[in-house]
Amino acid sequence: MDVVQLDRLQFALTISFHFVFPAVTIGLAGLIAIVETLRWWTRRDVYDRLSVFLTKLFAVTFVIGVVSGIVMEFQFGTNWSRFSGFVGDIFGAPLAAEGIFAFILESAFVGVVLFGRDRVGSTVRWVAGLLVCLGTTLSAFWILVANSWMQTPAGFKIVTDSNGVQKAQLVDFFQAVFNPSTLPRFFHTMAACWVVGAFFLMGISAWYVLRGRNSDVTAFALRLSIVIAFLGAGAMFATGDLQTREVQANQPVKFAAMEGVCTTSTGVPLEIIAVPPSQNCATGTGLGISIPYGLSAMSDLNPNGVIKGLDQVDPSLWPPVAETFLSFHLMVGLGVVMLLLMLLGVFFLWRRSIERHRWWLWLAVLAIPAPILATEVGWMTAEVGRQPWIVQGLMMVSAGTSPSVTATDVSISLVAIVLLYALLFFLWIYGLTREIRRGPATGAEVAPAIPGTTPTADFSPAEPASTGKEGR
Amino acid sequence: MQLSTVWFLLIGFLFAGYAILDGFDLGTGALHLIVARNDTERRQVLNAIGPVWDGNEVWLITGAGALFAAFPLVYATVFSGFYLAMVLLLGALILRAVSIEFRSKETARIWRFGWDVGFSVGSALAAVLFGVALGNVLRGIAIDPDGAYRGGLIGLLNPFALSVGVLSLGVAVLQGSSWLVLKTEGALQSRARRARVAAVALVLVAWVGATTIARTDAPRVFDNFADPLAWVGPFLTANVLFYMLLAIRFKQDGRAFLFSSLTVVGLAATAGTALYPNLVPAVNVARSLTVDNAHSSDTALTVMLVVALIGMPIVLAYTSFIYWKFKGKVRMDKASY
Repeated sequence: MDVVQLDRLQFALTISFHFVFPAVTIGLAGLIAIVETLRWWTRRDVYDRLSVFLTKLFAVTFVIGVVSGIVMEFQFGTNWSRFSGFVGDIFGAPLAAEGIFAFILESAFVGVVLFGRDRVGSTVRWVAGLLVCLGTTLSAFWILVANSWMQTPAGFKIVTDSNGVQKAQLVDFFQAVFNPSTLPRFFHTMAACWVVGAFFLMGISAWYVLRGRNSDVTAFALRLSIVIAFLGAGAMFATGDLQTREVQANQPVKFAAMEGVCTTSTGVPLEIIAVPPSQNCATGTGLGISIPYGLSAMSDLNPNGVIKGLDQVDPSLWPPVAETFLSFHLMVGLGVVMLLLMLLGVFFLWRRSIERHRWWLWLAVLAIPAPILATEVGWMTAEVGRQPWIVQGLMMVSAGTSPSVTATDVSISLVAIVLLYALLFFLWIYGLTREIRRGPATGAEVAPAIPGTTPTADFSPAEPASTGKEGR
Repeated sequence: MQLSTVWFLLIGFLFAGYAILDGFDLGTGALHLIVARNDTERRQVLNAIGPVWDGNEVWLITGAGALFAAFPLVYATVFSGFYLAMVLLLGALILRAVSIEFRSKETARIWRFGWDVGFSVGSALAAVLFGVALGNVLRGIAIDPDGAYRGGLIGLLNPFALSVGVLSLGVAVLQGSSWLVLKTEGALQSRARRARVAAVALVLVAWVGATTIARTDAPRVFDNFADPLAWVGPFLTANVLFYMLLAIRFKQDGRAFLFSSLTVVGLAATAGTALYPNLVPAVNVARSLTVDNAHSSDTALTVMLVVALIGMPIVLAYTSFIYWKFKGKVRMDKASY
């Protein structure tokens, strides 16, 4: 492989790995904010215990998200230095805002949420929970601004610096921030993260019910997560529709690859399940289920509407067609399955029979990775569909790499990252299963001792290993 | 003052803030195996930084983001040029972070010791690598006509950069030991006190050593010091180190931490003075990246200045609030590591 492909492989690997963790933490932070608000408002113990349990799951996930996130930020400079030079003037402000307004906020208050339960008052703890949620949301917003600008650049001009190198220069900050794809992407991604978090809690609560470990905490957690997962799954379709229309308007080549449309024509069918066209479009979509006139009807609101195909540009500017098509269809397919699951879930909830439908609960457990997978393939659609551009229409991927970094360098880092990330993933699963096995405190358990009253027990070396030593 | 110079100072502020904050938890990590002898003590060390290390580390992300924002060419040249060193740094930071998080999850000795080593080695290595990177930038690197540095990892291992690496480790240990003295009690605290004295000695030796080595290996660092005003940084450093010794002598631990932090400020000011107006001096002077040729547009710098002026006071306010909430000796409770 040449250095460009190695750089791409490393970026694909690190971003796919990284995104799992922010998706889970953004979703969990939303749930924590809701539960903390209930706890603060009603002062009921059940919300306190659920909130503590959620923060434990959050903590294990957050640390992996932070460390894999540092890799992402550094990688712009290490592997994509010409890209960094090109976009620096634009990316600077969103990334600085992300750091100053979001990262420091969430990380600082995560400390309070995780360690400060017994140190701060009820109101401070609640506000800290809200601020963590706000911080995660703002980080998502600012990094999505940067990504959206790469998809639909706006508010800039191209200038040539003293060394004859071209770069984008900021002209209008608000146009750059609110470029055409920012808000659809932000809404769709946020809804996805909430669905990830809700499915996470739903699957875990269902597992407790199946294992006969249900308590007031898991009963409430199951209900809360079903409602949020249902609303979120619905929101995925609304925001997804918004975003797909935006892609059709602003990145029509990506749209054509997503839908597998080779030639510009009218009355285009909507492919539901199909074999994607070959890369050169020698063979078109085939062997599948499609709705005649569906795509035209859906995206043009006119069954005979014109859909621009891949042939609108030279084949050298096409993204990998099969990958874009398949990842998009897999995402939508998973979305449909999840929505059906949630329709049933809400129905059973309404019938007050949710705990009796063990098969549904098993499906809920198995569905924990489904929204994560859907999010991953959704991003694959967005990023693979933008190829061969790194910044749509302005800079090719191959022009963005670091001139000083060799294929050997990237091979070394790639091996190191694969090994390290395998360890991180193992640790994450280990940490999660450990917390899940321990579970939330049940109502029978006495409230935690007031710190300071029994410090001797905590500091005594003779303390039995299982009482507090295992930490959080 | 030019906007780009304002941003030179602000990035200096962010990196100095990072060095003060993550400095003490990196230093705590470097000292972990040395000062904490048993499991209870090691847990106290971890919990001394428990609620704050994550927030501290984010200053690095913010500093690097601000560098990307204000001086994209500097970010691009240094991060890609120091490629393998950066990969090593990321590995070290990841290792120490997961070590903190996962050490206390099992009680087996081998599990805990393994993570103790990871925490210690990762922290110490990160502190050294930051110094080595800074040392190379101060010394000046060979920049090719296309703006790239191609010296590889070996090119970074020169005497001056290594001596700055030792100084950086010394400063981290100074911060870490001063922090531990504040947060711990008993035998652990008295070992942290001894480490603190050793750290002052290490910083002094490394500082003098780096300066001596610079006379032959990195003469350009003295270019700016013809101006008496440039001596503010070294003067501050020497003074606060002296006050630090007095504070240690009179057991004023809070002041000792303050003076330790001011040592970081003094050394950061010294490094900044040695650089200005360069951000990355090149061996071929014409290719140096300076505040005049490497900065973002005035529009971008103005927007970011607004962001920083709104954001930083808020950050400083709530960071102080959180440190105040967690002040005092380490207390173990159910939430502890």
